[in-house]
Amino acid sequence: MRTAGLDIGSRTVKLVVIEQGETVLTRKGLTSHDPLEAARALMEGVNYDTIVATGYGRHLLKEHLDCPVISEIKAFALGAKAIYPTCRVILDIGGQDTKAISLNEAGEMSKFEMNDKCAAGTGRFLEIMAAALGYTLEEFPKAALSAGRFEKINSMCTVFAESEVISLTAKGAARPEVALGIHRAIVSRSTTLLKRIAPSGEVFFAGGVALNGCVETLIAEDLGRPVFVPPDPQMVGALGAALHALKSGGREDATP
Amino acid sequence: MSDYTQMWSDLGLDLKGHDALLSVLGGAYQDIFLSQKNRPEGMKYFDFVMSEVHGLRIKELMDAKAQGRIVVGSYCVFVPEELILAVDGVSVGLCAGAEFNFEGAEEVVPRNLCPLIKSAFGFKRGLVCPYLEASDIVVGENTCDGKKKSYEVLGPMVKDLYIMDLPQMKSGPGRALLKEEYAKFLTRLEEKSGRKVTAESLKKGIATVNAKRQAVKRLAELRKADPAPISGLDALLVNQVFFYDDPVRFTASVNTLCDELEERVKKGEGVLPKGTPRLVISGCPMAVPNWKVPFIIETSGAVIVGEESCVGERGTRWLTEAQGATLPEMLDAVTERYFNIDCAVFTPNPSRIDHVRDMFGRYGARGVIHYSLQFCQPYLVESGPVETALEGSGIPVLRLETDYSQEDMGQLKTRIEAFVERIHQG
Repeated sequence: MRTAGLDIGSRTVKLVVIEQGETVLTRKGLTSHDPLEAARALMEGVNYDTIVATGYGRHLLKEHLDCPVISEIKAFALGAKAIYPTCRVILDIGGQDTKAISLNEAGEMSKFEMNDKCAAGTGRFLEIMAAALGYTLEEFPKAALSAGRFEKINSMCTVFAESEVISLTAKGAARPEVALGIHRAIVSRSTTLLKRIAPSGEVFFAGGVALNGCVETLIAEDLGRPVFVPPDPQMVGALGAALHALKSGGREDATP
Repeated sequence: MSDYTQMWSDLGLDLKGHDALLSVLGGAYQDIFLSQKNRPEGMKYFDFVMSEVHGLRIKELMDAKAQGRIVVGSYCVFVPEELILAVDGVSVGLCAGAEFNFEGAEEVVPRNLCPLIKSAFGFKRGLVCPYLEASDIVVGENTCDGKKKSYEVLGPMVKDLYIMDLPQMKSGPGRALLKEEYAKFLTRLEEKSGRKVTAESLKKGIATVNAKRQAVKRLAELRKADPAPISGLDALLVNQVFFYDDPVRFTASVNTLCDELEERVKKGEGVLPKGTPRLVISGCPMAVPNWKVPFIIETSGAVIVGEESCVGERGTRWLTEAQGATLPEMLDAVTERYFNIDCAVFTPNPSRIDHVRDMFGRYGARGVIHYSLQFCQPYLVESGPVETALEGSGIPVLRLETDYSQEDMGQLKTRIEAFVERIHQG
């Protein structure tokens, strides 16, 4: 059986197709203002027997494709377990959400925590702060890692943090030091969630922000725990959805 | 529906704002309640009450006032309805459940204040709560700091604000304080109404309120059945109407509903299929029309089978018992009854955790959703220990913190769905 998982996130749409336990196709696109169209474009010409949707746009897809949906929390739990069977702690930092998930011995979800409704400390926050400092997303973590000290960013609200960054640079603060301060702010927020649900154990770090090497390094430092980033961290949710499609045969929703 | 424009206008309501409120309320009611499947017939009464919540019921209040009866408005389950009935008064809960005119509220109270309190100010300053405008006395009770200090701001805005102090510990002095406050309140009610409370009138008041509580306890009992004979939303609505309706008519209507639900349970019929994941909600009160979280829960594949809340069992689980024959004895019994209430303003507050654990078992629940309003310090702080204690007993808990806005619906849905997936996998 060939099953597909579609993860419609706030910033990107991801598609994974699996067959005989192997990933045979991955695709990624921007969500844009029209997530349904973005999903359709991604699925163009792709064959599968059954599909499951996840991500914040999952219900939109359910309405239009009549496909089952699972929450992204469950999708990340399933995907992470498949990639790294012994993992018990997952951190997913996406475009607008941060999620910390702990798994029990059987690899089932046991606890999870999510950030509040605002996008503070998520991928979108990083994007805006990088832009405020005039860095590309590739340059941003490298610059931060090059700093020997950091400027503390007090506000986690994107709007306030941006004005804080502007006033720091206006005072002549070194850009890399401000960059490091921003990364530290994100990390402390994420590790607080992690410590609440799982006080120990290696962290499986996924989502778009896992591509940021500085965040990865700082999480490991802050927790004093190893951090594992899978080769394609943005695909974990879509993989989880595809795995769920395989398990359920696309017959029913995980959520009854 | 009759035309109540004149009545609303006489009450000093802002007709334009009030129309806007009613139209939003009507739309939400349609989408959330009337769209449910397999609703009991007995809910028709409550649909009618809701359709007339600012109409016929207010007309009844005005008629009562015309007969010389007083209307007493309040925001808390610590205000004893028995005493109000003992002076032949009418007890009503006041509007505090919607994000209406928060801009107006924020002109007089801080932005970062619990939405329930802000809502009360939004309604007052927007002149859209007919219950508030019809109240002869508004009782402000010293529960949390937010409410306590806000009543200082509310005072000059209403005709007659009566402040009732409340204890914070279940101690001897705490009990004595409550007793003294209730005695003072009784005196104030007598002055305001011009009626003397007698052993007979208090006894009757106690019996009326006890009967009302008995009826909602009977409803709660029926929700033990799987499949659940009534949705959590409808049961919540009954608990909300508890605060507005004529108590005798309410009791009869709840009992009629329960007769029907008994038949359903016998036949094994329910609103959702047998085996649907069952949840208990615990935490802050949900005042009309605060239906957001229950609506998300019940459209995410779960059913709510109990509310550990002021609008729910925390407000109704105790009857006033061992009454005695004299007025002081009965007043003692009333005090004892209310002194049980395990509101999070009390420290310590262990019976609340015991009660949630008990409800979890009694109603065959699979998980507990802890509901806190944003900036509600007592429940937010208590949510940590509640979660630790319950998870420690193997009870899955999801903690939510939200306000009255709709903008976090998506994120709440993700959490709630994931929680239902969590309890459904095992």
